[in-house]
Amino acid sequence: MNECSAVIQLHQVRKSYPGAVSSEVLHGIDIRIDQGEFVALVGPSGSGKSTLLNILGLLDRPSSGSVEILGRECTEMDDAGLTTLRGHSLGFVFQFHHLLPSFSAEENVFLPMLADAGHFKPEMRTRARDLLARIGLDGFETGPASQLSGGQQQRVAIARALVMNPALVLADEPTGNLDRASGQQVFEFMRRFNRELGTAFLLVTHDPALAARCDRILTLEDGSLVTQE
Amino acid sequence: MRFELQMALRFLKEGRMQTALILAGISTGVGVIIFLSALIGGLQESIIDRTLGTQAHVTLRPPEEEARPQLDRSGETILEHIQRPAQRLRSILGWPQLLADLRRRPEVTAASPTVAGSAFALRGTANRSVALRGVDPDSYSGILDLRTKLTDGTLDVTGTHIIVGVELAKELGLSVGDTLRLTAPEERSEVFTISGIFDVGNKDLNLRWVYISLREGQTLMNLSGGVSTVEVKVRDIFSAEKEAQEIHAATGLKADSWMILNSELLIGLRGQSSSSVMIQFFVIVAVMLGIASVLVVSVIQRGRQIGILRAFGTRRGQVLRIFLLQGGILGLVGSLGGIVLGTVLALFFQNLVSNQDGTPIFPVALTAALYARSLLVALITGLVGAWLPARRAANLDPAVAIRYE
Ligand SMILES: Nc1ncnc2c1ncn2[C@@H]1O[C@H](COP(=O)(O)OP(=O)(O)OP(=O)(O)O)[C@@H](O)[C@H]1O
Ligand SMILES: [Mg+2]
Repeated sequence: MNECSAVIQLHQVRKSYPGAVSSEVLHGIDIRIDQGEFVALVGPSGSGKSTLLNILGLLDRPSSGSVEILGRECTEMDDAGLTTLRGHSLGFVFQFHHLLPSFSAEENVFLPMLADAGHFKPEMRTRARDLLARIGLDGFETGPASQLSGGQQQRVAIARALVMNPALVLADEPTGNLDRASGQQVFEFMRRFNRELGTAFLLVTHDPALAARCDRILTLEDGSLVTQE
Repeated sequence: MRFELQMALRFLKEGRMQTALILAGISTGVGVIIFLSALIGGLQESIIDRTLGTQAHVTLRPPEEEARPQLDRSGETILEHIQRPAQRLRSILGWPQLLADLRRRPEVTAASPTVAGSAFALRGTANRSVALRGVDPDSYSGILDLRTKLTDGTLDVTGTHIIVGVELAKELGLSVGDTLRLTAPEERSEVFTISGIFDVGNKDLNLRWVYISLREGQTLMNLSGGVSTVEVKVRDIFSAEKEAQEIHAATGLKADSWMILNSELLIGLRGQSSSSVMIQFFVIVAVMLGIASVLVVSVIQRGRQIGILRAFGTRRGQVLRIFLLQGGILGLVGSLGGIVLGTVLALFFQNLVSNQDGTPIFPVALTAALYARSLLVALITGLVGAWLPARRAANLDPAVAIRYE
């Protein structure tokens, strides 16, 4: 039994958006991601990748089916419970870095810790600086995040996703908005954190070369998983 | 909470222009409230001061004693029907005991017996009709402190010493030390010596009032040992009518409060107050809508940021508080500006129009209570104005907020 090593498990997850014509976007998805895995999620535009990621990230609820994170069933949890679980166990990186523009790089990184604790502690800064140093951003800690380059901002976003030491980072096209070289660099950092920290990653990408370098590729087509290697 | 405060301050700082404009708006609103309240408060205070400067708060008379407006006690209307019985002056029975009883009432600060009646003042060939006020100087000082009203001489109303008003002195050419004959009905007459001249700030009263000793008043008015009225002062001037009714119920005496005698003035003041309250209310509503609209825009602009905060574990309540705090901070800071603005306006206005001697015609009442109330009102206005935007921010679906730009 390797149940205990699963970070997240989806059973028969369906998602449809309310509308005149009932439109099911996800048709019974089963996924299991283990601790320390580095998984790619690929598929054509509109196939439901972002929808799936939102459900995995507890940002959205499935219409039916179940979501289990670190062995905990989430379907019945209320918003507060989901928020806490999300804050403690999951990290997010989005296509657009989504940093808070008027905060410094390090403030952006320790913001999740600040929200969790409710007030600032000096070790938050230490932790943020450590992560920023590890992602090649020493010297940029106190400058405003909005003055960094796209690739640098995405690296700050990765540091932010890791600051709470989550079990899984969900990255929705993190390189989609970057040039090839920066994208490559961001990918390398994620792989390195995956190796060094043992954090699992689920990475949505349109780049077959990057997908090929992941442990496993999930392909979503029209709301269904077609291959699961 | 410090996280929320930090975020609120950061958001406000981020929206520089919006924040500056809404703060200016709140300051203007609060400034108007301060200015208006100070002006109307000061005006009413001085009107009431002037009215009550020469009046007792409650005047007690024997039942059915003299012409007076008939009052409908349940409502506030004065019935126009006026009785005019031609009775001779009557005394309040058992007035020494009444005085003692009155002084035991917690609301009463002073009670003084008086004999009031009309007489003629004769000086050579000139004569004038005057209102005699026989008083006990010690207790009367609690009703009207004549000592501070003297323009000449001393406050001596014992024996045949009297004091008269400046207008009467001018009219009859009187000065301190001169004598004056006072003749009351039924040809009771006596010669008095002027010991002092007073100015109570009212031309008519300065012409008509003559203060004599209680005993001489009793003699002239043929009211040996009696008093015609007892004058009462109370702690809270607006409790006068309630006090009057209670005294009436307890003693059966006619008890008229200044509020009934000046009911038209009071109706005017009340109308003034309620229109001021009305204006303030609408100013507050406008300020509240301003805060709400600025914050609604802020929530829309920051949808993605809020979504990110939520994704990273910020709880709904925290988001709610971040925006409520912004409203509260705007209200507080704006009201500080408003206090400065309102104070400057009020003082400027006060200095703009003044009497010849430099004292203001419109004294403004800038009190700590007014400032505290304005701060509190602005704080509450900010919180209430922020409520809907904050709710909206807290209920934002993070998945939707992050997806769309
Ligand atoms: N909130 C929503 N309401 C209605 N339909 C939605 C909503 N969100 C997504 N959809 C629909 O669900 C389908 C899947 O969308 P999703 O964003 O998950 O695709 P995707 O695979 O991430 O595409 P892309 O590669 O372009 O990001 C689309 O047809 C989209 O129109
Ligand atoms: Mg997508």
